[in-house]
Amino acid sequence: MLSWFPENISTFGGDIDRVFGLIYYVVGFWFLLTETLLLYFLIRYRRRARHAATYSRGDTWSELAWVLVPVVIVLALDLGIDAAGAPVWARIKEQRPEDGVRVLVTGKQFNWNFTYPGPDGKFDTPDDKTIENELHVPANQNVLLTLRAKDVIHSFFIPNVRLKQDVLPGRTIPAWFNATKPGQYEIACAELCGFGHYNMRGFLIVHDTEGYQEWVKKEWPEPAATADAAAPAPEHS
Amino acid sequence: MQAVAEAHGHEHGDELSFWRKYVFSVDHKVIGKQYMSLALFMMLIGGLTAFLIRWQLAWPETPVPGFGWVPEPTMFDGVVPPEFYNALITMHGTIMVFFVAMPFLLGAFGNFLIPLMVGADDMAFPRLNMMSFWTIFTASMVLLSAFFVPAGAAAAGWTGYAPLSADPQYTGVTWGINLWLIALALEFASFLMGGVNFLTTAINMRAPGLTLMRLPLMVWTQVTAAVLFMLSVGPLVGGAVMLLLDRTIGTGFFRPDRGGDALLWQHLFWFFGHPEVYVVMLPGFGIILEIFPVFTRKPLFAYKAIIYSIIGTGILSFIVWAHHMFVSGIDPRLATPFSVTTILISVPFAIMVFSMVASFRGGAISYPTPMLFAVGTLATFVIGGVTGIFLGSAAVDIFLHGTYFVVAHFHYTLFPSVLFGGFAGVYFWFPKMFGRMMNETLGKIHFWITLVGFNCVFIPLFLAGAAGNMRRVYNPMQYDFLKHLSGIHQFATIATVVLLIGQVPFVINFFWSLFAGQPATDNPWRANTLEWATSSPPPHGNFEKVPTVYRDPYEYSLPGMTQDFLPQYAPAPAPRGV
Amino acid sequence: MSSVAIAEHGDAESREFTAQPLGRIGVWWFLASEIMVFGGLIGSYILSRVAAGGWAAERAHVNTRIAIINTIVLVTSSFTIVKAHAAAEADNRGQARRFMLLTVILGCMFLCFKGYEYSIEIEHGFTPATSLFWSFYYTMTGLHGLHVLIGIIINLSLFLLAGGAAWPRIKHRVEYAGLYWHFVDVVWIFLFPLLYLA
Repeated sequence: MLSWFPENISTFGGDIDRVFGLIYYVVGFWFLLTETLLLYFLIRYRRRARHAATYSRGDTWSELAWVLVPVVIVLALDLGIDAAGAPVWARIKEQRPEDGVRVLVTGKQFNWNFTYPGPDGKFDTPDDKTIENELHVPANQNVLLTLRAKDVIHSFFIPNVRLKQDVLPGRTIPAWFNATKPGQYEIACAELCGFGHYNMRGFLIVHDTEGYQEWVKKEWPEPAATADAAAPAPEHS
Repeated sequence: MQAVAEAHGHEHGDELSFWRKYVFSVDHKVIGKQYMSLALFMMLIGGLTAFLIRWQLAWPETPVPGFGWVPEPTMFDGVVPPEFYNALITMHGTIMVFFVAMPFLLGAFGNFLIPLMVGADDMAFPRLNMMSFWTIFTASMVLLSAFFVPAGAAAAGWTGYAPLSADPQYTGVTWGINLWLIALALEFASFLMGGVNFLTTAINMRAPGLTLMRLPLMVWTQVTAAVLFMLSVGPLVGGAVMLLLDRTIGTGFFRPDRGGDALLWQHLFWFFGHPEVYVVMLPGFGIILEIFPVFTRKPLFAYKAIIYSIIGTGILSFIVWAHHMFVSGIDPRLATPFSVTTILISVPFAIMVFSMVASFRGGAISYPTPMLFAVGTLATFVIGGVTGIFLGSAAVDIFLHGTYFVVAHFHYTLFPSVLFGGFAGVYFWFPKMFGRMMNETLGKIHFWITLVGFNCVFIPLFLAGAAGNMRRVYNPMQYDFLKHLSGIHQFATIATVVLLIGQVPFVINFFWSLFAGQPATDNPWRANTLEWATSSPPPHGNFEKVPTVYRDPYEYSLPGMTQDFLPQYAPAPAPRGV
Repeated sequence: MSSVAIAEHGDAESREFTAQPLGRIGVWWFLASEIMVFGGLIGSYILSRVAAGGWAAERAHVNTRIAIINTIVLVTSSFTIVKAHAAAEADNRGQARRFMLLTVILGCMFLCFKGYEYSIEIEHGFTPATSLFWSFYYTMTGLHGLHVLIGIIINLSLFLLAGGAAWPRIKHRVEYAGLYWHFVDVVWIFLFPLLYLA
């Protein structure tokens, strides 16, 4: 089923895919075991003439062991799955990096607005710029998002990055990612938000280093006053 | 019997009027059939909404055959517009969960069977029982009326997230969501009334000798479901009142623009919503747990362990709700604890599934239609259960939340419980309810088309979800990354049509058998539980005299006996001291 | 001794698997679900209030005096219904009816004072839409008031029915009405400090 996943271009996407793969094989095993055994019993123990059923109630410990031992294994594998997933979740949702390019994302009926701080790297200054439906980022750099919603709940979803976060009116939620492959990818809304929900299509444009400088120069054509010309982030690699 | 007569409003010997006998009856058997009729009717409407949804997904913005008559602005020359699409997905979910699943599994089977299986002459509160049916009937009419009001039916999803649902300007829907809330409130009231009846009857009206550990699993699951419902719906009742007030008189509980919190609605909803899915699942399991021993002719494996698992599932269901909210904006540190509690539900579930599978070993299995549907329930539910593991892992849920993977998962739990399980119950208890057998050939056709059709609709949807297809989107083909799924959606839609057509044999069978089916004996399946101790259908008052219970319900193929079953109510000495 | 459990169906021995009468079990389960209704609302109120920083300014405008009077009225009415129940147990129809009527009157007083309190607040411009505190205040006390009204109707019905031939058949229901009424009282015991005192 992993082959159906969209191409992963994010640093943490692979971790998510790996946990999915782990779960897939574990539950796949239980699924095959259960269904095969079920089918086998259904055929093997069909009613036959002069063959009575066996009066086994499964209420002695030796009989119950046939159920309880597999259940203990299920539990152990379950806890293993949680142990594999917890650090991935923590890395993505709890341990956000401090450095990176910053973008403010506002979801609204029915599009995404991306507000860039501009060359001075600060929000709420005159060189801020809001672009509809286009998130431009440099490859291989952390992108620090601040997520908001203007009206109702939306959900900011970049499939190729394996990023999803609901955006709520009245709240500010941080998120981050790091895209490794230049290209254009789609952004969608993953929470029903009205009749235009299906239409909230945005684009993630990952630029290579040169391309990103060009884009910045194009969007902010005047040379910056400081020596750090055309550097949108306070620090970078 | 004096009080029975009074409760039923007549002395024995008086003939009841048509209205008191069939419409405003206080007899649990009639009420059970009324619930079944309502559920089957609403299932038709729910199925219709599904067809319209799937048509739009397969062939976006093309006219749906046969629907050109629907006036604007609901549809445009047979084409579903985005607004109506959102109403369709909302009403589909609401109808199926609250007006099909619950009346079918609890209202119909619970009402019909609990008094019979415990050896009682009726429910503890027959008039309350009658009120409960007419309350949900009213609720259904209120809900359906929403299709005809200005601005149409509710369109904020069956989950009704705020503030989309809290401010009419966001959906454009005015009366539709208000009516939706009122319909839900009435439905909740109906099942609260029913729950009081189920619990009181099962606790207090059992026949002599019927201890809790001898209670059929059908009753155990219904009772547990009733407890879950009674204890989980309260916060949502409050929440529904709060949402209605937000929409009408200017309060701001769930409206951030008025100082409220959008997440509060989600907590109130899912605190109920998660136990609710077990309210639906458990009675479905209860049905198949009754059917298996009858057609394997041997006891259920680990009957006591299954009881403990049913209780354990019920308790655990109260502490997992935030797995519906991993990416909702809750504090991320809550995610891992809820992932752990969620995955723990695999334990009682695995005990039940493994015990059921083990129950087949050593059996003498036959496959009339009820058994086919019961096995189908188990085989398909396993897929639902295991795919839940993906969603319960918060990290993986980041990607899968809000996609068709979720849709496929919950259809693989709800459909098996409600439809496979419900149909299994109908074929099994139809003789008891109506005094006639159903037709086996039509039943088998119904089963195979349903099994193949259902899997062909929903397996592809797992793949769509894995590809990132968001749910509740009017036209996924807007997105380049989803364009390759058009074939999948078309396949699923064709399978939906097949699945819907496959229900026709059932409808024919049901009505034909009512009038021309082979007359049924008291105990056509040679089963052990108390409902088979009386005639088919049972008389008013159920039992000629109160039965006594001597043993647990699954004593089949006892060694040394000539017949391969030993009913609970038969006084022959029990081996092994049970 | 608890009221003799006259089974409503069939023989007492075979129909009362536990020692409790059907009505008592039914009412307790119903109350359990009602506890969850108010529990959800109260929990939401507490969480919202903590998140909002206490709402001290809004809460300054509630009418504690009327609320204290109402608390006394309601607690007294719980006492009177206990007396009614005891009288019913002793088959003292007159006494039971007197106390039921007293309970109804006290319940009506509660609603009158509550209505008066609402009118003052609305006059001063505090409506459910004024702020989130007031939204909760009106919803919680309003839902509670609705439950008081339903209780009054139940108690009044029992009072009236008990005057006729139905008394032997329905006298055990005084206990159930009492259970419901105590529940309504207990909810108020929670609402009063949460809205007026703390």
